[in-house]
Amino acid sequence: MQRYTTTAILLHWLIAALIIGAFTLGLVMTDIPGFTPTKLRYYSWHKWAGVTVMLLAVLRLLWRLRHRPPALPAAMPAWQRGAAHGLHHLLYVFIFAVPLSGYLYTLAAGVPVVYFGLFKLPVFLAKDPVLAATLKGVHYWLNMSMAALVGLHVLAALKHAVVDRDGTLRRMLPGRSTGRST
Amino acid sequence: MTLRATLAAVFATTVLAATAAATAAPLKTDLAHSSVSALFKQMDVPVESKFTRFNAQIDYDAAHPDKATARVDIDTASLDIGSPEYNKEIAKKTWFDAAQFPKASFVSTAIKPAGAGKLNVSGKLTIKGRTQDVNFPLSVKPEGGRQVFEGSLPIKRLAFNIGEGEWKDTDIVANDVVIKFRVTAAQ
Repeated sequence: MQRYTTTAILLHWLIAALIIGAFTLGLVMTDIPGFTPTKLRYYSWHKWAGVTVMLLAVLRLLWRLRHRPPALPAAMPAWQRGAAHGLHHLLYVFIFAVPLSGYLYTLAAGVPVVYFGLFKLPVFLAKDPVLAATLKGVHYWLNMSMAALVGLHVLAALKHAVVDRDGTLRRMLPGRSTGRST
Repeated sequence: MTLRATLAAVFATTVLAATAAATAAPLKTDLAHSSVSALFKQMDVPVESKFTRFNAQIDYDAAHPDKATARVDIDTASLDIGSPEYNKEIAKKTWFDAAQFPKASFVSTAIKPAGAGKLNVSGKLTIKGRTQDVNFPLSVKPEGGRQVFEGSLPIKRLAFNIGEGEWKDTDIVANDVVIKFRVTAAQ
């Protein structure tokens, strides 16, 4: 079975790691009581990670539009193909929507993002406490929805690897190729 | 009292009042059109925060700018850094210690004209019980029959012990803070 391209594999795992990291950091930082330097540091890291996900997601989408993914196993039922495509599309939507909602939230809260403490990113939304409160909820629920989708995605991949043993997961794993898609 | 003595007293009072008017011209501050804010950087992110409660008294006569005096009192617990939860935190001991030092104040010691619409102000700034001599330029311009005083004053927060303990780390909150103010006042 063909694998994804090295670029696609790299982007997939890099984005996955950043999303898991930023998500975990988001839970940890909002759980720190009061006002501490660590809390502020984590907030900044969380924002930098989110912006990085957004930038990598743009590259990934461009790459995906020019490179067809390797075929799914021929034996896979139509409903599973449909579900897989639907879930992958949704994940692409969330990969953009989650960091974007966080970015809008921090702008509405009046705290622009200075990427890695070096580049001030565009401010296109004025400080607005009411909007900030709404966006906080939006950001939270988008995250929880995405976590559920990622959970499904992981379960499906594991099902293919452990139950079906059909090589679906191996397409996204690095390793010596037995025929890589271009 | 003889008529003469009465006249003398009236005369003296008038002269005194006139002299007083020439040296002091207290203005009425329009707080709705005035602001005092603190600008600082938090992990290189610029933050502008406003003090929501303060008072400014300015004695200023455009004809005698060198006789002007100014006093600004600020409620240290009123700094709004954007979140009600954090606002409470910075009123605590580590930051402003508003319970012990509820007011920060600036009192002018000398005001000198420095060209059209400009003044050089010297005075004493007291925050959290520590006083420093400060100097800063101030602009004055008439606006709709009122005077608008505007200026900014750079300070170091650590000089006033603002941010104790682990907050002394200036990588998180920079030491440089600019106090920016705009006071609108009328005769």
